[in-house]
Amino acid sequence: MRIVIDATRCIGCGICLESCPYNAIELQDEKAVINDNCQLCKACLEVCPEGAIISESDTTDAKEDTDLQSYKGIWVFAEQRDGFVASVSYELLGEGRKLAKQLNTELSAVLFGSSESEAMELIRWGADKVYWCDDPIFKTFNDEPYKEQLVNLVRQYKPEIILCGATPIGRSFIPRVAARLRTGLTADCTALEIDKETGNLIQIRPAFGGNIMASILCPNHRPQMATVRPRVMKRGVYDANRSGEIIKIIPTGLSSRTKVLESQKEPSHCKVNLQEAEIIVSGGRGLGNAKGFEIIEELASLLGGSVGASRAAVDEGWIKYSHQVGQTGKTVCPKIYIACGISGAVQHLVGMSSSDIIIAINKNPDAPIFNVANYGIVGDLYEILPILIRKIKECR
Amino acid sequence: MRFIVCIKQVPDTAEVRINPETNTLIRDGVPSIINPYDMHAIEAGLSLRDKVGGKVTVITMGPPQAEAALRDALSLGVDDAVLISDRAFAGSDTWATSFTLYKTISKLGYDVIICGKQAIDGDTAQVGPAVAEFLDIPHVAYVSAITHIDDTSITVHRMMDDGYDVVQSSIPVLLTVVKELNEPRLPSLRGKMNAKKAVITKLTREMIGADEKDVGLKGSPTMVKNIFAPSSKKDRRMLEGTPEEQVNALFEELRRLKCV
Ligand SMILES: Cc1cc2nc3c(=O)[nH]c(=O)nc-3n(C[C@H](O)[C@H](O)[C@H](O)COP(=O)(O)OP(=O)(O)OC[C@H]3O[C@@H](n4cnc5c(N)ncnc54)[C@H](O)[C@@H]3O)c2cc1C
Ligand SMILES: Nc1ncnc2c1ncn2[C@@H]1O[C@H](COP(=O)(O)O)[C@@H](O)[C@H]1O
Repeated sequence: MRIVIDATRCIGCGICLESCPYNAIELQDEKAVINDNCQLCKACLEVCPEGAIISESDTTDAKEDTDLQSYKGIWVFAEQRDGFVASVSYELLGEGRKLAKQLNTELSAVLFGSSESEAMELIRWGADKVYWCDDPIFKTFNDEPYKEQLVNLVRQYKPEIILCGATPIGRSFIPRVAARLRTGLTADCTALEIDKETGNLIQIRPAFGGNIMASILCPNHRPQMATVRPRVMKRGVYDANRSGEIIKIIPTGLSSRTKVLESQKEPSHCKVNLQEAEIIVSGGRGLGNAKGFEIIEELASLLGGSVGASRAAVDEGWIKYSHQVGQTGKTVCPKIYIACGISGAVQHLVGMSSSDIIIAINKNPDAPIFNVANYGIVGDLYEILPILIRKIKECR
Repeated sequence: MRFIVCIKQVPDTAEVRINPETNTLIRDGVPSIINPYDMHAIEAGLSLRDKVGGKVTVITMGPPQAEAALRDALSLGVDDAVLISDRAFAGSDTWATSFTLYKTISKLGYDVIICGKQAIDGDTAQVGPAVAEFLDIPHVAYVSAITHIDDTSITVHRMMDDGYDVVQSSIPVLLTVVKELNEPRLPSLRGKMNAKKAVITKLTREMIGADEKDVGLKGSPTMVKNIFAPSSKKDRRMLEGTPEEQVNALFEELRRLKCV
């Protein structure tokens, strides 16, 4: 594919110049010209009022790989730490179930190490099958044996889709798997869909620090691989009576050139884990000072919730980084998210916009946070919150 | 020891905004910078070199203008710089990028390869581990401290969700580094002078011996279908009136949701 400009249609308005994040379009003799900086991101295609910018596909792009059809079924890589399956794996099973239904195919989980009872849990959370690979080498996480074993399984069983948590573990070893299998991997997806016509997986993710969203396809290679951050997808239903098949595999020939000498756990500071909290009250730069978090904390504890923060508040040093929500902080998905004095920059929004109910309190009626809010209050948080706190206390 | 640092030139995403009316990027003179995590990768390379001796080479794959990023790195004191640039590389996804870097690095020779944790334009964090896979060497991601290095092994801290692991690896190895690892140095005046004069090695697809079908858009398994602006909620309700009335309305909603 390449991006070309139809000079007969170009009117030299220059709108496309602004749309290009790579400075790849110039005006020459009042016509737009694409230079070597072009990264084919397509940001310019839609903006041209004359429709003069066209993406031309090479014929080679459409090459048919007949072997694609032999890949079937959806896999969730079930991550474990200290033997326990991470909750993101259950979230992926919830999402995987939906995709499996649309594709009319099977949903399987892959578990390395851990125990048979954890493998059973995966079935109760929606897996039809669990490929349970049992080997002492999986007791601690090392990239090479994880990669090797998953590559072996994929070569043997040929799944069409693999989902994995975008955790420190998933983000570390899954790229090696994709590299080895010569297939695509889309990081940090926020939504997954099946293309009704082709059956391809449409992978939606933020780009440019969350300022824009991109849908990504992997049309000619299998498996289609994606990572998803914790708390982005919803768990499915737990069924204690669900049955399924556990396929126990004893791996052979695994080795590792890295070795975990020890694991240091950091005690968590907050009473409630931010990512597990049902209610989050968050404060931003609008608090004005560190003391402002006292009122945020008061409301949070009244509601039995946790305290979140924007990066601006963290950068000011008003609260610890572990409270930061957003692109470079945590992704949260509580029932209720109350944003106080937060403008709603995209980098913040990508971390909380899938919350069930969003309440925004902000002085500025034009603050972008109101675009994602279910309930908006234009006002001074220092006026609003004390009244709210009083009312909650009154009704107790 | 031979240190290779992979850096990427990125638009400063802090300044990229989307125009809500036209759904387009507003780029108005957004500056290009070295990916912030890669600054920490450069610093790691320099301080390891200062400790055990050797040479630091920075490499980047990108358009001709990426040379500016390499000159910035040179001004910090790296020994040499390589620009891998070819029209054939346009449209590379992480697979094709990693493959191109791998072809280059295997030509250059290496002991320790250092990447940033992720690039802020794509935020994928995939390139480092994939390069290690192509080279068939171990890697450690999210390195927040380097506690030991000798001729054959290195010990580092790897950040995890709930703390960190102390990981030992044989050398050669690839590391991806986080901000906590170090404080990047500033360029010196002499560094700036040297950077201006330095000769940058330029490599093309043919020079690194990469097949056309493995690089750029052709070599990329993934493709961008389209891009769009993040959506906004349809069912939003602004609560009007005096602060007391606004809170009353909110309180009723919280009660309906069984939160109070
Ligand atoms: C690569 C990258 C990653 C990033 N990652 C994150 C991230 O993970 N998380 C994150 O949050 N940000 C992130 N950011 C930063 C983000 O772009 C914004 O700068 C940040 O979210 C702004 O925080 P804020 O809303 O608290 O501050 P501001 O934007 O300064 O907004 C403060 C708001 O408070 C309102 N206000 C002021 N006083 C009051 C009052 N008394 N009562 C009510 N309202 C009041 C103002 O109207 C304003 O809307 C990232 C940026 C980049 C470039
Ligand atoms: N085009 C490139 N040239 C050199 N290094 C790169 C390039 N793209 C990515 N990297 C390296 O890989 C890291 C992760 O990038 P990414 O996978 O794009 O998030 C970056 O921090 C760089 O160290």
